[in-house]
Parts: sequence; structure tokens; C-alpha cells
Amino acid sequence: MSEHEQEVVRRQRERARLMAWLLGGFVILLFLITVAKIGLKK
Amino acid sequence: MVTTTALPTATLPVDWRDLLALTKPRVMSLVVFTGLCGLLVAPVMPPLVLGFTAILCIALGAGAAGALNQWYEADLDALMRRTAKRPLLAGRMDRQTALHFGVGLGVFSVLLMGLAANWSAALLLAVSILFYVFVYTMWLKRRTAQNIVIGGAAGAFPPLIGWVAATGHIAPLPLILFAIIFLWTPPHFWSLSLFVRSDYAAAKVPMLPVTAGLEATRRQIFLYSLPMAAVAIAPWPLGLASLFYGVVATGLSAGFLVMAGQVLANRATEPTGMRPEKRLFGFSVLYLFALFAALVVDRWIAG
Repeated sequence: MSEHEQEVVRRQRERARLMAWLLGGFVILLFLITVAKIGLKK
Repeated sequence: MVTTTALPTATLPVDWRDLLALTKPRVMSLVVFTGLCGLLVAPVMPPLVLGFTAILCIALGAGAAGALNQWYEADLDALMRRTAKRPLLAGRMDRQTALHFGVGLGVFSVLLMGLAANWSAALLLAVSILFYVFVYTMWLKRRTAQNIVIGGAAGAFPPLIGWVAATGHIAPLPLILFAIIFLWTPPHFWSLSLFVRSDYAAAKVPMLPVTAGLEATRRQIFLYSLPMAAVAIAPWPLGLASLFYGVVATGLSAGFLVMAGQVLANRATEPTGMRPEKRLFGFSVLYLFALFAALVVDRWIAG
């Protein structure tokens, strides 16, 4: 694999990892928002 | 849109750091802070997670506006030293990526604000993003020396959004906070534009020092500082804040006026002789931070 291709793969991996963390965080945030909203209604 | 400057073509996938840079993180910090203060001085506190999400949405909305600003102004940024190293110009990202990122982030922030806080706050957030992109960036900035005056409204929204996210309605205090930032923006930006005037002139941006000259700009800085100081102190005599805030706001505003007076008295025409302008620019950032922090302290501790 050329140096350019290696850099492409490295960046894709880095972005995929970051996206996974962000999506995970978003799911947790949505869960907490739901819990808070239910609490407000009670 | 002006597209006379050919931008370098990106050959690699975008680095996430460049996406972060596209959101103008330094500008975002002031936006987040004022938004947080708007939320914290509100009479009711939402649950922690909803308050956090509201501030997150304000930050994401500001980031979206910054990204769309850089997408539209890439040709202009290329002509200014201050902005020439931005990711689009260095060829680390193509314009379409910046556009998609900005629109996606903006839509996401508004929807999340609506779901987590309320739809009034979401509407205000959407208006602030659209105002910054369409009214300031696309319409006013290249056409009139009043660009900063009217466009400054976009940066004044965050405390209003923070308050509405907490309460669901608008009240006199957040409107005063809006007015403070609205009147603070011209002296803040004009003091900067005085010592980077050649940048704006090269990019043909009709900033006041370029169109009206140095003396007129210095006069306008001082003139705008007067109502700004009056509005900054106003929450105290209006009974919306206590003596603590009144003393802090009066002291800070007096300092601002003294520095604006020094700018007015300065006759330098080259950036090297513009120490009063540089000092006022630096102080103006500190002024806004300290003023809003004082209001929060007043509400939570001293009030």
C-alpha cells in the first residue's frame, strides 16, 4: 500500500472511531433526556 | 456568491480536526458562555441534562453558522492574512464537505434543542443561525459598513436562547442581555478592524475604517460605547439585579469608556501605533465575560 493510501485508511479509521463515540454519546444523551422529560411530567 | 478564487482540491478524507476548526471554536467559547449565563440567570432551572443539552445545541448551532460562513467566504478569507490558513484554503477540505457539515450540524442542533428544551428556543436558535448566514454573511458583509451593527444581532441571541430554553418565554432581562451584546459588537469589531484595516481593504470588505476612515471609526466606537455602558448597568436600577452587579457593571463600563476615549484621542494611522485599539479589543472580550459572570454571581450568590 502506498503512503497516500495508508494515510487515507488512517484518516478513515480515525473518523469512524470518532463517529462511533459520538453516536454512542448521542444515544446516552437521548436516554437521559427521555428520563428527565418523564421526570418533569410526573 | 463570489467564486473568483480557485480553491485547492482536497485529495484526502477530511481530518476531524479540520471539521472542528471549521466551527470557529474560539468564537464558540464566547457564544457558549453567554448562552450558559442566559440559562443560569433564568428564574427556573431545567434538569441538569436538559440544561446541558440546550448549551450543547447553542454551541453546535454556532459551529454550524461558523462552518457555513467559511463555506461562503472562502474566496474572501483567501485575501486576508488573518483567515488565510483556514482548512478550505489550505486544500484540506472541499467546499461541498463544508456545506454539508454546516447544514447538517445546524439542522441537528435545532431539532435537538426542540426535543430537549422547547420549540421556542429551537426557533430562536434557527433564526440566529439563518440571520448570521443569510443576513450578515451573504447580504450585509460585502455591501455596507453597517454590516457589523446589524449583523451583531446574530451574536446577541445566545443569552436569549439560554433563557428561553430554561423558561419557555422571553422576559426583560434576557432582552437587556441581547441589547448589551448587540451594542458591544460594533466597538469590539471596529477596534479590531482598525488595526487589520489593510486586510479588509485588500478583500474589499466595506468595514467602517475602509469606507469612512480612521477618525470616523474611532468616533463611532466611542459613541456606541455610551449606550452599551448604559444598557450594561440598566439591570441594577431596573431592579433586575442587585448592588453587586451594579458596582461591577459600573466599574467595567467605566473602564471600557476610558479605553474608548483613548481610542478616540489616538491619531495613529499605522497598526504599530494602535495600542489603544488593541487594548480595547482585548478588554472588550474580558468585559463581556466579566459582565455576564457578574450577573450569574449576582443571581446565585449576591442577589
